[in-house]
Amino acid sequence: MYAFNFLLLSAALFSFGIYGVIARKNAVMVLMSIELILNSVNLNLVAFALMNNSIDGHVFALFVIAIAAAEVGVGLAMVLMIYRNRRSIALDELSEMKG
Amino acid sequence: MIATLLAQAAEWTRPDIDWHGIAPELVLVVGINLVLLIDLWIDQSKKWMIASLTGFIMLGALVPVVTLAVVGDDVRSMFFDRYVVDDYALILKALFLLVGYLIVLMSQTELEEGGYYQGEYYVMLLVSVLGMVAMASSRDLVSIFVSLELLSIPAYMMAAWRKRDVKSNEAGVKYYLLGVFASGVLLYGMSYLYGTTGSTKLTEIGTALADTEGSLLAMQVIAVAFVIVGFGFKVSAVPFHTWAPDTYQGAPLPVTAFLSVGSKAAGFVGLMSLLFVGLYAADGVYEPFIFVLAALTMTVGNVLALRQTNIVRMLAYSSVSQGGFILMPLAVIASGDAAESALKAVVIYLLIYALSNLGAFAVVMAVSRKTKSGEISSFGGLIQYSPGLGVLMTIFVASLTGIPPLGIWIAKLASFRALIDAATGIAYTLAIIAAINTVISAAYYMKVLREIWMRPVPDGDTSEIVVPQPIWAALGICTVGTIVLGLFPGLVMRFADLPDLTGALGG
Repeated sequence: MYAFNFLLLSAALFSFGIYGVIARKNAVMVLMSIELILNSVNLNLVAFALMNNSIDGHVFALFVIAIAAAEVGVGLAMVLMIYRNRRSIALDELSEMKG
Repeated sequence: MIATLLAQAAEWTRPDIDWHGIAPELVLVVGINLVLLIDLWIDQSKKWMIASLTGFIMLGALVPVVTLAVVGDDVRSMFFDRYVVDDYALILKALFLLVGYLIVLMSQTELEEGGYYQGEYYVMLLVSVLGMVAMASSRDLVSIFVSLELLSIPAYMMAAWRKRDVKSNEAGVKYYLLGVFASGVLLYGMSYLYGTTGSTKLTEIGTALADTEGSLLAMQVIAVAFVIVGFGFKVSAVPFHTWAPDTYQGAPLPVTAFLSVGSKAAGFVGLMSLLFVGLYAADGVYEPFIFVLAALTMTVGNVLALRQTNIVRMLAYSSVSQGGFILMPLAVIASGDAAESALKAVVIYLLIYALSNLGAFAVVMAVSRKTKSGEISSFGGLIQYSPGLGVLMTIFVASLTGIPPLGIWIAKLASFRALIDAATGIAYTLAIIAAINTVISAAYYMKVLREIWMRPVPDGDTSEIVVPQPIWAALGICTVGTIVLGLFPGLVMRFADLPDLTGALGG
């Protein structure tokens, strides 16, 4: 079956996402990388649901989609808040506290 | 596919719902809507009523928890055994609701004087507590994930509650980014777990993993590791702790107290349900992993706490290192006959740590109202001008150090007991590391006590600190809890029986 290809694709997406979260300095790009990670999970879940021939994976994927939307809503609000206070969304400039 | 789905839908019947069993959650849900609606119409000058209402909702949700505990030992399971109310869930629900109530008490004056948005804050607090209460009962990957997000998303917002303050912004963003990243990793692990075992139900995952008899698939190894990493962020285990000090320092103080106790405990609860019910057979993967995490968390947390001069940051690192002690018994749950004592140790540690740590934060809040400073040196001579607060801080700090007969010493004892029950070389090594760390931690806790008892007042201002009533109430509850649980741990120990958690589910 082609399920293996789906898993390979999702592993690649997941790796890109991890790389983006670690390497990117722009808050919006980091949010997009997190979306990549979550979508690789959805791909996994749907592929596994097909493989296992069970409905649980589809249901799980729907929950993940709904909650990811809520998370990104909060995330964008926070990025906006930072932009208003600092006129910049570069994450490496966020270093008020040290130690 | 759609056609088969529709065919299944026709024979669908509503699952039996145990209304008494989910009454605590229902009270919270009704309460959340009530607070949200009342906040819309209430006058700005009467906003304080929202705090009292939230407090009553927390206590109201505690009532069904108590009646459920009184009614009997029978395990109530709902939604095809995916949502379970047993003694283990009940004691933790009680803990989360009590923590919620204490946070309401601590937030009240801070919010009124700081000019924060009040109504929304309490709604967020209630939603977060609802997530924690649901986490205690979740026995399914989906419900664990949903509870985790339900408790985290409001917490991200609460950490950034001071909108105009760049420190609070930074606290919120760091917590948010690492939290969401962690849930991504956790979900990836969960998807592999579902794929290789064919179920999202923890008991079925447990059976499927036990059937492999130790020879796990590579994907299952990755799954278990990712799940632990995901929860590692939530409980701020080293090396996934980097958000914790910054978030704790930047967030408003009541929120910091809430994060260091509530969401940390909820992370441990989720991790415990997964380990004991779902992943128990994968001990070859999680035991060494958690061993390394626990040893690192204790040591790094302590060493970094030693050189802090800010009290909140010191408490942040101290809470990281306490997390290591809580993690410690989980490293040996499948060796020897340590499972039962490990479960007891973690549950009692979470309970007592919550009370002692909240108490310490309440004192810090009261003192910083006068000194307007977060430095440890601002506690100088506290005993001379506010003996009450000085003595209470001594009790909480001594409890966090682990001095008998106060609170945490019995929890530490239970953790060591679990390691000794395991009786393996790894367990003894961990016990030695933990013993050394207990001594190191005494050094920085004693630094606070030295300031309180022996140093002069820094600016010579010896007027007594005016402590608001709600904070006194919170301090009272925390003190009584810390002392009583230290002397009579049996009061709560009996709730954390292992057969309740695993046996009743056929796991």
